[in-house]
Amino acid sequence: MGSNWSGSLHRMMRRAGGWWRYGVIAGVPLAVAAAWAYTAGWLAPGRLTAPRIIDQIQVNSGSVYPGYRRAHAKGVCVIGHFVGSGALQPYSTAQVFMQGDIPVVGRFAIAGGNPYAPDGSVPVRSMALRLTQPNGQQWRTGMNSMPVNAVATPQAFFEQLQAQQPDPATGKPDPARLAAFFAAHPETAPFRAWAKMARPSASFATNSYWSLNAFELVDAQGAKHAVRWRMVPESAAEDAKGQGDNYLAADLVQRLAAGPLRWHLRVTFAEPGDPTADATKAWPADRREIDAGMLELTGTTPQDSGACRDINYDPLVLPDGIQASDDPLLPARSAAYAASYLRRTSEEAHLPGTAAGKKETR
Amino acid sequence: MARPTDMFVWPARLLHWLMAAMILAMLFIGVGMVASVSERHDWLVRVHKPLGIAILLLAVLRLAVRLRHPPPPLPADLPLLQRWAAFASHWLLYALMLALPLVGWAMLSAGGYPVMLSHSLRLPAILPANGVAFAVLRHLHAWLAVLLFVTFLAHLGAALYHGLVRRDGVLGSMVGWRPRR
Ligand code: HEM
Ligand code: HEM
Repeated sequence: MGSNWSGSLHRMMRRAGGWWRYGVIAGVPLAVAAAWAYTAGWLAPGRLTAPRIIDQIQVNSGSVYPGYRRAHAKGVCVIGHFVGSGALQPYSTAQVFMQGDIPVVGRFAIAGGNPYAPDGSVPVRSMALRLTQPNGQQWRTGMNSMPVNAVATPQAFFEQLQAQQPDPATGKPDPARLAAFFAAHPETAPFRAWAKMARPSASFATNSYWSLNAFELVDAQGAKHAVRWRMVPESAAEDAKGQGDNYLAADLVQRLAAGPLRWHLRVTFAEPGDPTADATKAWPADRREIDAGMLELTGTTPQDSGACRDINYDPLVLPDGIQASDDPLLPARSAAYAASYLRRTSEEAHLPGTAAGKKETR
Repeated sequence: MARPTDMFVWPARLLHWLMAAMILAMLFIGVGMVASVSERHDWLVRVHKPLGIAILLLAVLRLAVRLRHPPPPLPADLPLLQRWAAFASHWLLYALMLALPLVGWAMLSAGGYPVMLSHSLRLPAILPANGVAFAVLRHLHAWLAVLLFVTFLAHLGAALYHGLVRRDGVLGSMVGWRPRR
């Protein structure tokens, strides 16, 4: 009896053992596939990703405008050059900071996802630059015309977008939702104080533009120096109010016809304790500043045909001698700009499944 | 006793396992970085590019080894369909391990990006800047990666089948075990 029992168990195990092998053959690849899907975020729809951020921006813009940037959609291309002063050389090995002449392809824009928005609809203007060094490395920077950012983290940025989503009934954000967001995010206070006072400028030429995010300069010894920067215009400030909806591009054409426009790159050095990972907090006003050189813009072209159209002003495209800080907005910007760039170039290419179709008219 | 020709030569085995780890890591790094907005995104991208170019260089070396030292013959009793599947999938894997890094390099070139492998090492552009070409290549990069992953899964399943069910020495010829006769 006993031997019979153990004999049949042995046979069963042999058979089960055979099936177990097939289980491994199917199970191991399946487990690897599941791990891949998890890593790709397919099993975690709640994870914050660049496509989710861009989707929310598109909802807030009310529409998809094929071929246009998902943010800062309305703008113009500019060209010019940057003349380094050499004063930053002890702190950074980047060629852009040597004395010399660096070609620039840039873009001015207003904040927002609608390429047809009136110029006066928002106070925030932006300057994006691509500087190409003699050694082929590039420095790309996108700067905004305010001294502090509203939020410090990608998560808060996303929540802000959600709070700003227009209510279908009114076409405007729900004030209660917005108020709840600001109440939950006191770090937005400095930005809101700025926004309350800010008037949309009548010209791109009269604004200062801030990096907001911190970066690190790396010197020849490898030592790192935390900095922020801003572009300070030579053009005098004006009280003028723009007329119509599209005055900024026209103003730029007019001014450039009279001569180049200039800004100075002022680089601010952090003292120990100054926050590098929080773009909502300005550094104290007495921090050391160095004039790193002069930006001279000489020409402008419409963005639909200009050289800036197919450039992604990813703030993490940096030359040797400039590195990202620990600011959490920087990798999020890099990822979101790449997602926006892929969508708009895919639309340019009229790839199936994109919102392509009508070519932009302006 | 197995003859030496029953196994892949040691450089082929070394390259196989080294590149298996690198390519599998790249497939995970790739989908992981595009699904992240944290500092992980930045450092994964900075690992992705040099590791991908290293795979391109090793793939060229591996192809040379492969042409000089043909692999051991498949078992004589392997059905024709399986023989054909082995042949086709192996060449597909070679094609993809060359194509993926080349497409990655080409797409960054077309996007007008400097192709930086480190803070200071830059590869030249292999295509002129063109937004439309960028878009096509960027999608191609993602789809070829999916094809590589699926082909790899089939390859993994087939290797386990040889090792666990057929037990015909094919798995051993790459692992380095002498087949039991
Ligand atoms: C997590 C926070 C942010 C997200 C997700 C975000 C998102 C975006 C996106 C998707 C674009 C379009 C990019 C393209 O298609 O080329 C854009 C443009 C821009 N952003 Fe941001 N942004 C963020 C924060 C900031 C900050 C802090 C600044 C300023 C320092 C800034 C400055 C700009 C500028 C200047 C542009 C226009 C670039 C151009 O003209 O091509 N952004 N942003
Ligand atoms: C065997 C080699 C490679 C493999 C297996 C691989 C795999 C991948 C995968 C799976 C993705 C994610 C695609 C998606 O889901 O959209 C990706 C994205 C990417 N790969 Fe590769 N790749 C390889 C080589 C390269 C090389 C050599 C470069 C550049 C020099 C490169 C640059 C990129 C970039 C820039 C992205 C997208 C980043 C973004 O859009 O934010 N890859 N790769």
